[in-house]
Amino acid sequence: MLELTPEEWTAIRISLRVALVATAASLPFGIAVAYALARRQFWGKAAVDALVHLPLVLPPVVTGYLLLISFGRKAPLGMFFEKYVGIVFSFRWTGAALACAIMAFPLMVRAIRLSFEAIDHKLEDASATLGAGPLWVFLTVTLPLALPGVIAGMVLCFAKALGEFGATITFVSNIPGETQTIASAIYTLTQVPNGDAAAMRLVLVSIVISFAALVVSGWLANRAVQRSHGD
Amino acid sequence: MLSVDVEKRLGEFSLKVTFAADDSTALFGSSGSGKTSLVNMIAGLVRPDRGRISLDDEILFDSACAIDVPPHRRRIGYVFQEGRLLPHLSVAKNLDYGRWMNGLPRDQATREHIVKLLNIGHLLDRRPGNLSGGERQRVAIGRALLMKPRLLLLDEPLASLDRARRLEILPFLVRLRDETKVPIVYVSHQAGEIQRIATQVVRIEDGRVIGAGGLELLDAATG
Repeated sequence: MLELTPEEWTAIRISLRVALVATAASLPFGIAVAYALARRQFWGKAAVDALVHLPLVLPPVVTGYLLLISFGRKAPLGMFFEKYVGIVFSFRWTGAALACAIMAFPLMVRAIRLSFEAIDHKLEDASATLGAGPLWVFLTVTLPLALPGVIAGMVLCFAKALGEFGATITFVSNIPGETQTIASAIYTLTQVPNGDAAAMRLVLVSIVISFAALVVSGWLANRAVQRSHGD
Repeated sequence: MLSVDVEKRLGEFSLKVTFAADDSTALFGSSGSGKTSLVNMIAGLVRPDRGRISLDDEILFDSACAIDVPPHRRRIGYVFQEGRLLPHLSVAKNLDYGRWMNGLPRDQATREHIVKLLNIGHLLDRRPGNLSGGERQRVAIGRALLMKPRLLLLDEPLASLDRARRLEILPFLVRLRDETKVPIVYVSHQAGEIQRIATQVVRIEDGRVIGAGGLELLDAATG
């Protein structure tokens, strides 16, 4: 019963790849947006804040549909990325990663923003008097001190990406070997007769992956907190 | 030679101060007289509304010419009341931070000299989190000196310490004044400390200079 079929392995691999790529690719944007929201005053800040949080509140199928009509092969953004960046999103695993990244973005930004807000400005002032320009202050003081929050944000993003279903299936469908993740594979298996055993196997796998991710992140965050407290 | 002529409104409080400082000058006055705002302006952390600050031949701030050198280009060492060591770096890395950021060459002799002067050699591998208040202040002083500053600002460096720790650090400050040639601006409301460290005194009350001169100004204040 615990023997996984090649199709199931494929779904697991796609899920992990989608979640990892979604997390890694959105991290720089997450840090930049979190920093801007935590530290800068700018016109339209409330609107940016709301826009970032929108995927948290919208039904996932709405986000998925909006992605479909803006990043499809005939849609403006989709055509732009295909022509100038060489990435096609529609009905590809990359599209699943995009959908997951957008759905998880609010969680990532929130965690990182909180850790930026918790940093004592006086430490940044001190490093400026020691000769560090704004970029160096950010790289050597702000970012290392925010590391626990950055790790928390990455874990939340990864976890959300692993579990994402609605927006992904709406945007890139459920194609075995390309866009079928663990979540959409389980969904398919529950729709066919005799799929229960296979569904249960994938359910166990997703529990194991989620659990492992949480344990590792807890350990990493602990270490980072200790470091930033200077003990 | 540091010369300061600045004005700043901070809510209800207004600061309007003119003075010049050489060697080791104390800014003396009760808490809330505007001393910390003033050193923050010299360091470039607070921007005056109007005025001019110059150090030796360089203008650091001049509202009339729209000059405002950012803090990281001023090369002014600053020892804060609460040390402000970088908590994620070891003591050794805190000490070397200013040298890295200013792109200074390694200078083992000076580093060893200052480490010895401040008696912090046994702390180098530790992290700031488990240092005592006195140890932390000594490291902060060392860190400010090792960036080879043109001027050293000490803002009530002993205020966060108890009496015993103050007596522990004072001799280090006196040695520092005698052995390094960096001019010092020492902020305090304790006449006793100033007597040991400063040669000139600028008295500040309510954001105004009410006297400038030698140590005899302290007697006027206390007696």
